[in-house]
Amino acid sequence: MRILSLAGRRLAASIPTLFLILIGVFLLLQFAPGDTVDAMMAQMGGGDAATAKELRRFYGLDLSVAAQLVNYLWRLVRFDLGFSAIYGKPVVTVIVERLPATLLLMTSALSFAFFMGLVLGVIAARRVNQWPDTLISTLGLIFYAMPSFWFGLMAIVVFSIYLQWLPAGGFEDITLVHSGLSRTLDIARHLLLPSLTLGLIFLAIYLRIMRASMLEVLNLDFVRTARSKGLDETSVVVRHVLRNALLPMVTLIGLQAGTMLGGSVVVESVFSLPGLGRLAYESVVQRDLNTLLGIVFVSALLVIAVNFIVDLAYARLDPRITSGA
Amino acid sequence: MNFTRRAVLMTSAAIAANVLRPELTFGQATPRKGGVFTVHFGAEQRQLNPSLQASTGVYIIGGKIQEALVDLDANGQPVGVLAESWEAAPDGKTITFKLRQGVTWHDGKPFTSADVAYTAMNMWKKILNYGTTLQLFLTAVDTPDAHTAVFRYERPMPLNLLLRALPDLGYISAKHLYEDKGDIRQNPLNLAPVGTGPFKFVQYERGQYIIADRNPNYWRPNAPYLDRIVWRVVTDRAAAAAQMEAGQIHYSPFSGLTISDLARLSKDPRFIVSTKGNEGNARTNTIEFNFRRKELADIRVRRAIAHALNIPFFIENFLGEFAKRGTGPIPSVSTDFYPADNGPQYPYDKALAVKLLDEAGFKAGAGGTRFSLRLLPAPWGEDISLFATFIQQSLSDVGIKIDIVRNDGGGFLKQVYDDHAFDLASGWHQYRNDPAVSTTVWYRSGQPRGAPWTNQWDWTDPKIDKIIDDAATEVDPVKRKALYGEFVRGVNTELPIWTPIEQIFVTTINAKARNHSNTPRWGSSSWHDLWLAE
Repeated sequence: MRILSLAGRRLAASIPTLFLILIGVFLLLQFAPGDTVDAMMAQMGGGDAATAKELRRFYGLDLSVAAQLVNYLWRLVRFDLGFSAIYGKPVVTVIVERLPATLLLMTSALSFAFFMGLVLGVIAARRVNQWPDTLISTLGLIFYAMPSFWFGLMAIVVFSIYLQWLPAGGFEDITLVHSGLSRTLDIARHLLLPSLTLGLIFLAIYLRIMRASMLEVLNLDFVRTARSKGLDETSVVVRHVLRNALLPMVTLIGLQAGTMLGGSVVVESVFSLPGLGRLAYESVVQRDLNTLLGIVFVSALLVIAVNFIVDLAYARLDPRITSGA
Repeated sequence: MNFTRRAVLMTSAAIAANVLRPELTFGQATPRKGGVFTVHFGAEQRQLNPSLQASTGVYIIGGKIQEALVDLDANGQPVGVLAESWEAAPDGKTITFKLRQGVTWHDGKPFTSADVAYTAMNMWKKILNYGTTLQLFLTAVDTPDAHTAVFRYERPMPLNLLLRALPDLGYISAKHLYEDKGDIRQNPLNLAPVGTGPFKFVQYERGQYIIADRNPNYWRPNAPYLDRIVWRVVTDRAAAAAQMEAGQIHYSPFSGLTISDLARLSKDPRFIVSTKGNEGNARTNTIEFNFRRKELADIRVRRAIAHALNIPFFIENFLGEFAKRGTGPIPSVSTDFYPADNGPQYPYDKALAVKLLDEAGFKAGAGGTRFSLRLLPAPWGEDISLFATFIQQSLSDVGIKIDIVRNDGGGFLKQVYDDHAFDLASGWHQYRNDPAVSTTVWYRSGQPRGAPWTNQWDWTDPKIDKIIDDAATEVDPVKRKALYGEFVRGVNTELPIWTPIEQIFVTTINAKARNHSNTPRWGSSSWHDLWLAE
């Protein structure tokens, strides 16, 4: 139960942070020249001043910045995220439409990065300074250094254009009607390349953390004890070392869940996926304040949720955390 | 359907010929019914109803679902769509349209003159960008019967101007779906349009795709050929090129790919890359001068800047075959208005530029710099960005230091047309078939602050103002053309804006498509005759 109260306290502490972030984003966007009506005019390719004035009144932009902010926060307290200027529907609906693609992409990329990083990190640590270690570390560095848009485009060129194995973009095939299992498989086919592209960059980080953490734990006294008990190397690694070495990895997941939400703009654009990252980008360009703040709000909630789960995972991996030592 | 062996062989031979030399078989084979045509949709709009928003981003979708009174034919001449014929009174204040009979909306209700009157008075005159200016003096639309619409104007309206503007600014919406349904701008049908066109709206998934299906009750016999059109939202240009190569997209309109991909795909027999079908969407790259800067208010400095830029070099090395040297605000593709004499042209002459700057009294100071200017490039295309860098480097050679300030769309419009926080701006001027639609507002004084793409340069010339006003109400086509010739020579002499490069949008389309690019605004047109070969 201690862990729950710990996590609960964390949760309570994150609420003021959330409000500060929202106010910060609101003010930051005020510094950007132009508002959503200017952005709309840019898209339309013209419009007269009278129309612009009328639109500003319509979107509530004729009020002072302070009044707009107070209005927004007051609506937020009542769990009303407002109306999206670009989509012409409630922000909640807009975000809920985009969440499945984002969550699918994020979970598949994160799990790929986590498990591959774990396996490769363990191998590299076991064969430290031998050729598998060098190979894995070099590959990790290459993946990390490669810009994701380039890697994504190269993947499309190879797998979609030359080999024609996988679709070049989109969330599902719309020229054919799929249902049930075949739809699931179709979406999986569409998500394979984007997940790998996004995952490979994070893979490098997990791999290096896992390797370092394994090397550190391998030198600790209890490992020597385990070995002197006569345990074979596999049970030493799996039962004693891995569990302890996993803690920094779990911390990293909590940190990167947030990065991945925002960092997938590029991958979403290259693979034409309808995710939150692209929505956020579009909201900035279109100066759609309500949508942008809504995304910040929902992303913050997601990050808080992931960190809550991470806290629980800590307790499971290392009982000392719950005992409050 | 039964295919004989012979037919199959002949078709394959025709396709082979098409792939090798598309122009040989253009439009010759028998149209095939069926098929799904996929279109690259680069920037999602807030609006799909072309009666409410005039932009290519709307026409590319709404133009297949809703129809206008007239369109342009293969030779760029007005041809009736929902209107069958038209007539202007000699004083130019009354224009009568006879409407097509037996046309129904996608919901089955008949199309009548009441729809035309409602759309003109409530949408074109009040909301539609450029429509509000075009229809400023429209006082009423009378409907003596269900198939006659009489437009009444307070001042003479040149029939030619109206007919050249209406293909873009003449889309009709259904009165029964908009009247008494609240704010027109917020009508949900704006994102699920209902029209009379060859395709019926089916579904819009934001961020992913839009689908429209064949309208079985379309008024043109045996049209359309396609079963379905799918617009795929692809914001990344390189990704769009990849999807074209993978066969997921058939058509990328309006220079939607990067300049390098256009050059690459133009050598690929699977695609046709051409400016054909976009002649109605000509644009010029601009340099806009802010006269609030004393240096730029001096005509010698503006001319020096023009002389300092080697435009043919820039075009040859950066834009390639799809651009050419511009001659003035009216592009050369405008057969109706392009003047025989465009006035001064400012060829590249660095020595002359230096001489003019010296004469103006702006001597080079420390480090060879005469003065610094802020240049704001518009974010509409990579050509503008490249051009800004080219301006920067060329002008540094004559002692003018340029600071480039980049913005996104909203920021650019706000800073240039409202805050006037620029010295030089560079973007596109879109020509819309008649100079009175969207060209003369760049030069006419008295534009309200904040109106984008209008004269915000703090430049007034009573002589030019008078020509613009006279031409807008001149009903004699010959005299109008002469007035616009005078206008072009006048503004090329005074140079409040320089229009050194002329471009037409580039179409990239799969070689399987037939009957494409056959009108000057094909990307915006209804595609009733478009078909896909096997």
